[in-house]
Amino acid sequence: MIGPHVQTATVASQLPPPPAATGARRSTAFGDQVFATICTTAGLLVLVLLGAIIVTLFLGGLPAFRQFGLPFVTDTTWDPVQEVFGAGVSIYGTIITSVLALLLAVPAAFGIAFFLTELAPQWMRHPVGMAIELLAAVPSIIYGMWGFFVIAPIMAAYVQPAVIDTVGTLPMIGMLFDGPPFGTGILTAALILSIMILPFIAATMRDVFLTVPPVYKESAYGLGCTTWEVARNIVIPYTRVSVVGGIMLGLGRALGETMAVTFVIGNANRITSSLFGPGNTIASLVALEFPESPAGSLKLASLLALGFILFVLSFIVLAISRMMLRPRLKG
Amino acid sequence: MKLSSITVALAASIAISGAVSAQQITGAGATFPAPVYTKWGELARQAIGVQLNYQGIGSSGGVNQITNRTVDFGASDAPVPADKLASANLLQFPTVMGSVVPIVNIPGVEIDQLRLTGELIAEIYQGKLSRWNDPRIAEINPGVTLPNLAVAPVYRAEGSGTTFVWTSYLAATSPAWKSGIGASTSVRWPVGVGARGNDGVAATVRNTRGAIGYVENAYATVNKLTTTQLRNRDGNFVKPTHESFAAAAAAGDWASAPDFAVDLINLPGAQTWPVVSATFILLPTNPTDVERSRNVMRFFDWAYSNGGQAAGELEYIPLPASVQDAVRAAWQKAVVVEGRPVWTR
Repeated sequence: MIGPHVQTATVASQLPPPPAATGARRSTAFGDQVFATICTTAGLLVLVLLGAIIVTLFLGGLPAFRQFGLPFVTDTTWDPVQEVFGAGVSIYGTIITSVLALLLAVPAAFGIAFFLTELAPQWMRHPVGMAIELLAAVPSIIYGMWGFFVIAPIMAAYVQPAVIDTVGTLPMIGMLFDGPPFGTGILTAALILSIMILPFIAATMRDVFLTVPPVYKESAYGLGCTTWEVARNIVIPYTRVSVVGGIMLGLGRALGETMAVTFVIGNANRITSSLFGPGNTIASLVALEFPESPAGSLKLASLLALGFILFVLSFIVLAISRMMLRPRLKG
Repeated sequence: MKLSSITVALAASIAISGAVSAQQITGAGATFPAPVYTKWGELARQAIGVQLNYQGIGSSGGVNQITNRTVDFGASDAPVPADKLASANLLQFPTVMGSVVPIVNIPGVEIDQLRLTGELIAEIYQGKLSRWNDPRIAEINPGVTLPNLAVAPVYRAEGSGTTFVWTSYLAATSPAWKSGIGASTSVRWPVGVGARGNDGVAATVRNTRGAIGYVENAYATVNKLTTTQLRNRDGNFVKPTHESFAAAAAAGDWASAPDFAVDLINLPGAQTWPVVSATFILLPTNPTDVERSRNVMRFFDWAYSNGGQAAGELEYIPLPASVQDAVRAAWQKAVVVEGRPVWTR
């Protein structure tokens, strides 16, 4: 929805100057002070909250970091009986599902955004744009249930057996499509995730595509460029940084998604070569193990440490996304 | 004068409203007995005016909450170690028993037709037995046609009391499982996939040809899932029935178990179902609110005497009467304030 933003600047310049201040200055000065204090407090509160969450997670996870040291991040053991915990499997699962989800979502998001800005007839743009935004409003538990009760059985009955019997028998590539067809697993989780992050990426892309000055595109069309050539040589180069920023926004969301992933990922704390194999993500593991973690136990500390790692991962991704989006969205 | 009369009126009205409305008690913990506690809560509110607010947040959560005294009682599926009970001033007592049953999805295999042993199931969950037509399974299943199908083990994804009972059974029957994996609310599963809750495990087993999973008996009975027979300690193959569960309950050595922490896994007896477990309540022995503590004991006293049928309808196994009496005696002995027992018969 960059349209209104872009127009604000031009509209503002046409507005008459604000009315000159007349009388009763003293009372508003006091009001201003109160207002400023309230706003500053609210602003600072966010910083304090964020800091408090990071500190709490870090302190809570400290016993795990102390016990296992730096190898905690790469260790692939998660053994509640022997009290040996490592974050390797869940970090791997978090990254692989998020990256796969991006691979599936980005081309679709690009298609949607380009269709909405360049190809769609005027009357279609609003309803389709609306539908994309509504997709973002569906609660993640709904995606989880839909994935588990609808998508997973379809994957188990049709998609996975067919792929395992054909591609799965090939040397090398076959390794990626091995194992029994449970329906759940890394690929199913990535599929559900890609649908969940699609609206975020598509909406950002559409907004930044709208910022391309029409004169550039008209010139290219005038020179005889096809629609694809305009997309390839004008729209994408002009918006490249912001598009990547939008993708990072989607990645940030995919990293932290909990409920939907928990339902369909297969919840196994080991790394399998197969995309059909089960795995686990940081958020999913924390959600599953938290209720059975006694206070003061190493398990609880390890879960908090996992939370800290996820926080740092998401923070980095979102910071990059903000940095990349800033110049364009300023408009 | 005026003020004091208002105070008296206020106090009287509070006393009256307290007597008329139900008396609240709060509990939190194990999810496994949550349905029967909720049912008992409904019945007890009408019968004795005690209203129970129970939150099934998981056994560890229950232990944490009662240790911090944020609830009136905690509930745990796994018995709490004696030293922890002592340090937190808690009395532990059982309420009901439940059983865990294996479920399978093998084309052509009917309910309670397939015979399995703890050793074979342990092999399956370790990935050492991977096809249903394995000679070791065929050997104990004469007359059952077993397809050449991959075995797909399914387990509970989240930490749960059901997993604790199931892995305790596997550890009791398989030395390799005991030393390699062990028993806990969640373990390091070498193969298979996880699913959330009993319903998640049941749905995954239903969707996957060749799958094997485990659920609470109540869930299997209500949903008519394909359960199997198990070989018990006496070497007999038994079906998951009320009789075989009751046999396990009777075989338990309740008298000598400290803190009632009786082990009902793989007990001797011709008819005994090998995967049965009791679930426990944790009650402070030094209550801060005596009235609430008394109401908790009134509630479970009522449940022992009158809740057996409701428990049976939900597929739980009531405690033997002798054990119920032992628990009542323990209340009188352990929960004492200013030299007087909080609850008396």
